[in-house]
Amino acid sequence: MAHLSEETTARARELVGLYPHRRSALIPLCHLAQEQDGWLRPEAIEEIAALVGLTPAEVLATATFYDMLHTEPVGTYMISICTNIACMLRGADDLLSHAEESLGVAAGGTTTDGMFTLEEAECVADCGRAPCVQVNHRFFGGLTADSFDTLVEDLRSGRLAADVPPHGTLIRVRRNGGLRVGTSTGEVASSTATEAGEA
Amino acid sequence: MTITEPPRIVTSRLGYEDSHTLERYLATGGYEGLRKALTMTPEQVAAEVDAASLLGRGGAGFPAGRKWSMLRKAPTTYLVVNGDESEPATFKDHMLVERDPHQLVEGVVIAAYALGVAQAFIYLRGEFALGLERVQAALNDAYDHGAVGRGIFGSDFSVDVVVHPGAGAYICGEETALIESLEGKRGFPRIKPPYFPAVIGLYGEPTVVNNVETLSNLPWIVRNGGSAFAALGEGRSAGTRLFALSGHVRNPGVYEIEMVKTTFRDLIYAPVLGAGIPGGRDLKAIIPGGVSAPWFGPEHLDLPLGQDEVAAAGSMLGSGSVVVMDDSTCAVRAAWRVTRFFWRESCGQCTPCREGSGWLEKILRRIEDGAGREDDLDLLMDACDNISPGVAWPPQQTTICVLGPSIPSSIASAIRMFRDEFLLHVKEGGCPHG
Repeated sequence: MAHLSEETTARARELVGLYPHRRSALIPLCHLAQEQDGWLRPEAIEEIAALVGLTPAEVLATATFYDMLHTEPVGTYMISICTNIACMLRGADDLLSHAEESLGVAAGGTTTDGMFTLEEAECVADCGRAPCVQVNHRFFGGLTADSFDTLVEDLRSGRLAADVPPHGTLIRVRRNGGLRVGTSTGEVASSTATEAGEA
Repeated sequence: MTITEPPRIVTSRLGYEDSHTLERYLATGGYEGLRKALTMTPEQVAAEVDAASLLGRGGAGFPAGRKWSMLRKAPTTYLVVNGDESEPATFKDHMLVERDPHQLVEGVVIAAYALGVAQAFIYLRGEFALGLERVQAALNDAYDHGAVGRGIFGSDFSVDVVVHPGAGAYICGEETALIESLEGKRGFPRIKPPYFPAVIGLYGEPTVVNNVETLSNLPWIVRNGGSAFAALGEGRSAGTRLFALSGHVRNPGVYEIEMVKTTFRDLIYAPVLGAGIPGGRDLKAIIPGGVSAPWFGPEHLDLPLGQDEVAAAGSMLGSGSVVVMDDSTCAVRAAWRVTRFFWRESCGQCTPCREGSGWLEKILRRIEDGAGREDDLDLLMDACDNISPGVAWPPQQTTICVLGPSIPSSIASAIRMFRDEFLLHVKEGGCPHG
């Protein structure tokens, strides 16, 4: 039985159709699999390989190059604390130490309840609000030890559920159409594309 | 020096809460540049960009017009947007994609029209979840509005634009690595020559790769003319530019500033800009242009923010970021943190970068931790010399891309400026800053 759901597979095929060469969809498909499972499971890698015309080993070899693709399980919330230069100058090391103590895990670890993975991150490009924190790649800037604890509490209680989807969900806005005009066939990528193209 | 008040070219909508919506965009002159471009020939549009003397805003500062003119005419050509902003302390493109995504989309379509490209890809850093959603939503609206897709605004020009998320790898900001990544591979920079993807790019076809800020300038340039843009700034540094200010300043943030007319001192100390260093502390050092850039000291404060001016002083404007370090900063720790970043992000293809960055990181770490040896400074410089012979500026290349050879320049400048502080770490067996 297929591991990726019918819906995930249908969306994967749509994504593959956006590119002149299907291998280009490899990273978007890995994100999609993480959206379904929270991480990149071996079964998902096999199906991605089939969708983009590669071997599972080739998909794995590519995926492991990228920090956001996780071939081991991670928490529902991936908390990334940047300690690069701009954040370091504004107390990021202290914030990371506090987070390790508060969550009871060292950077790189996951809490026993599977709720949080703590990660020491490189620059996430939000330096005006340093020290920078991302939760599942949503930004939370200018945190102190106290506001960090409040953030964790809000995540735990579900108060931020609308802002921060579970780990793996990256882009909640679906492409509503468009067309591959660069191809020889000029094939339409999805059913709504015709209307958009003629508007 | 006084701070000029140039037109806001890429930040004009930032005062609005809804700056990212199509409604606000259309109410503030949005897509008028594209409508005008479509009344011109592609060559005329390209000529305006050439006349603007727009230098690429990604980091290398290559003239955008010249990059375009290298595109070999072929049946299939591509435009790729480099939105993989990952240079530490650089956060301007992040702001542009979140706050004014339509401006980027309009810039992309204008560029595609000038280049005769039917397929464009916007490669955005995977960590920009909101930015990815905003750009996709903007594209959806733009398709519905007829600004992207088939027969744009009733013309016979068509282009498809795809948003492509990265997945966390600094090296993908290097344009050939970005292309590899977009092809679904590891982000390994390609061997040069060919030096430019205009020759062999995406899928082996001629490709232009432009930065987000570069393209975001195009709607204004087409609306107001290239000469209006070139009239701002001075010399080769035309127009305005976004500067990302961070570190020890009261008002960190992104500022749109007329090039050359403003100095580092203005940016850091002017009340309407950085507003100075908090706590009455003194300036220790500045990292201009991204962490590969050699550091500056207080003696460079009156240097104008211009590409050639900063290059002549031995550093670079690079990605337009400025990190301010006050006198409480440990120079060794700062140099170590920057080096650790390079070590972690080296793609591993070339020995000088892969091994050299690790050596430098270990030596700097032990100096900071109080286990430094007397000859460690010489050892650091020797390792630097092996990565980039002569440790000159601009650096000698020994590797496929510029990542590795960029590492020694910042370390060497830190050692040159703060040699006594490095030696004190060794002598006292620890960091004097605690």
